[in-house]
Amino acid sequence: MPFIPHTDDDIQAMLKAINVDSIEALFDEIPKNLRQDLAADGSPTTSLKSVPAGLPEFEVARILHERANQDGASSCFIGAGAYEHHIPAAVWEITTRGEFYSAYTPYQAEASQGTLQLLYEFQTMMASLTGMDVSNGSLYDGASSLAEAVLMAVRANRKSKAKRILMPNTVHPHYRETAHNIVHNQNITLETLEYDASTGVIDVNSLPEEPGDIAALVIPYPNFFGGLEDVDVLTDWAHEHGALVIAVVNPLALALLKSPGQWGKDGADIVCGEGQSLGVPLSSGGPNYGIMCCKQAYVRQMPGRVVGQTVDLDGKVGYSLTLQAREQHIRRSKATSNICTNQGLVVTASTIHMAIVGAEGLKRVAAQSHANTQALAERLCQIDGVQKCFAGPNFHEIVLQLELPTETVLRSLAASNILGGYALNKYYPELGEAILVCATETKSDADIEAYATKLERVFALQGASRCPVQPKMR
Amino acid sequence: MSEVPENLKYAKSHEWVLIDGDTATVGITEHAQDLLGDLVFIELPDVGTTLEAGTECAVVESVKAASDVFCPMSGEVTEVNEDLVDAPETVNSSPYDGGWLFKMTISNAAEANDLFDPETYSGLAADDH
Repeated sequence: MPFIPHTDDDIQAMLKAINVDSIEALFDEIPKNLRQDLAADGSPTTSLKSVPAGLPEFEVARILHERANQDGASSCFIGAGAYEHHIPAAVWEITTRGEFYSAYTPYQAEASQGTLQLLYEFQTMMASLTGMDVSNGSLYDGASSLAEAVLMAVRANRKSKAKRILMPNTVHPHYRETAHNIVHNQNITLETLEYDASTGVIDVNSLPEEPGDIAALVIPYPNFFGGLEDVDVLTDWAHEHGALVIAVVNPLALALLKSPGQWGKDGADIVCGEGQSLGVPLSSGGPNYGIMCCKQAYVRQMPGRVVGQTVDLDGKVGYSLTLQAREQHIRRSKATSNICTNQGLVVTASTIHMAIVGAEGLKRVAAQSHANTQALAERLCQIDGVQKCFAGPNFHEIVLQLELPTETVLRSLAASNILGGYALNKYYPELGEAILVCATETKSDADIEAYATKLERVFALQGASRCPVQPKMR
Repeated sequence: MSEVPENLKYAKSHEWVLIDGDTATVGITEHAQDLLGDLVFIELPDVGTTLEAGTECAVVESVKAASDVFCPMSGEVTEVNEDLVDAPETVNSSPYDGGWLFKMTISNAAEANDLFDPETYSGLAADDH
């Protein structure tokens, strides 16, 4: 029996049923100039024109080494949602052992006790960091975890009928775009809450007195600028107005900061965020993983897999997937989500990372990252033409305003293998020439000084070019 | 053969309804709970919700499935069985008594004519096996 299920007759019958002449006609809406599989005369071919001919393995390895070197040596001061942290060598050594090495969720409990126990430990760690009652076994990434949290809040907040979500624009812009893409066709509206221009966080005195029917308020912690929102006041305000509180967090920061479960009188209701800071390397944008935790009352509205602890017939402890009636293989179209294969392998690494580093280790990483960023900001602000954008506390990122175009500055720094920060012009044009910088525990005093020295030179050179007559300095 | 009380009306989707004047009490049949198995969670409608006959009004979740409960008649929910929040298994042990789901004020008594009598429902449930 062939593996290809469709015979030519099957294909012709199906085309006839939908009244289409050929399979090719199904792709008509794709502009011809974007098609890589068409010959010059427009006829389909089996080769892709932008893909070159094959090379020997040796040649390919040489090319890949060359390209890897292009970004391998840089000193990275960019955060903006993905952070460079030290990962003990043991983490990926253990993660890539055959017993763990699978991205897939273990349905078959009798053959997967190790992986299931690890996921159970992961959930315990996440619930502990966030101060929530339960955690799922992870989602895809931070941005989609926020979208899932919004959908979940609309389902869970049965008092609210309006499907309105208050979304501060201090939430990561990519997260806001992703959430919008996923929820807007379900008639859920994300209403922007502006930050205060002097502090870079939401001014709690500017919150509307009569916000109307809102399903949830999103609180980023830390926010995209690295700033710390007034979480207690915001949480209580949301609850007073019948809204749930969705915390979107960097879990590493929670090793140091107040966990969402402790916010205000009753704590946040749903916690989501990006888990990359915990043992996952920067790797051209992924793979990352999303986290999601919530209060017990909302567990049946939570998407994704949950592993539970139980006992077998002999009373021995065992682990298995639980609460599966929420999920698509049982609940079909009414499932809380169709997330089945989560980021299992990345979560495995993250769990092993947290187990090796420990609660105290995470706290020290967070504290050192905070201290390094303060040191970086202080040092850079000694340069004429650089200043802090906002007053107020921050975690391990900070916004700096420059008197030169960010593009010029960042390009000059990159030429010296320094990735100097994230330009905010695109998403926050009101800040003018501003960059978001981050110095994690991986940066030494010498790294910070090297950055500052180079930036000084950039300003001296560029500053000079703006000034036709040089004052004599001696 | 599961129990089908004589004083109730039945829907094809295995709900029962007890009509008393303009008040109706709604639950799921013994046959339905038998098909579902041990119930672990029940999501009830909010008091004050207006429901239309044939629409989803509750969810019963067992260890192996989650099923929608369809409202047998139109009306407004006046009371829900709060005991089921902590003891959903009551629906298994006492589907026609302690395991009622909610009460409602019915808005169209004629809809009762569309429901099955006990004898017809018994035949329907028997065919399921």
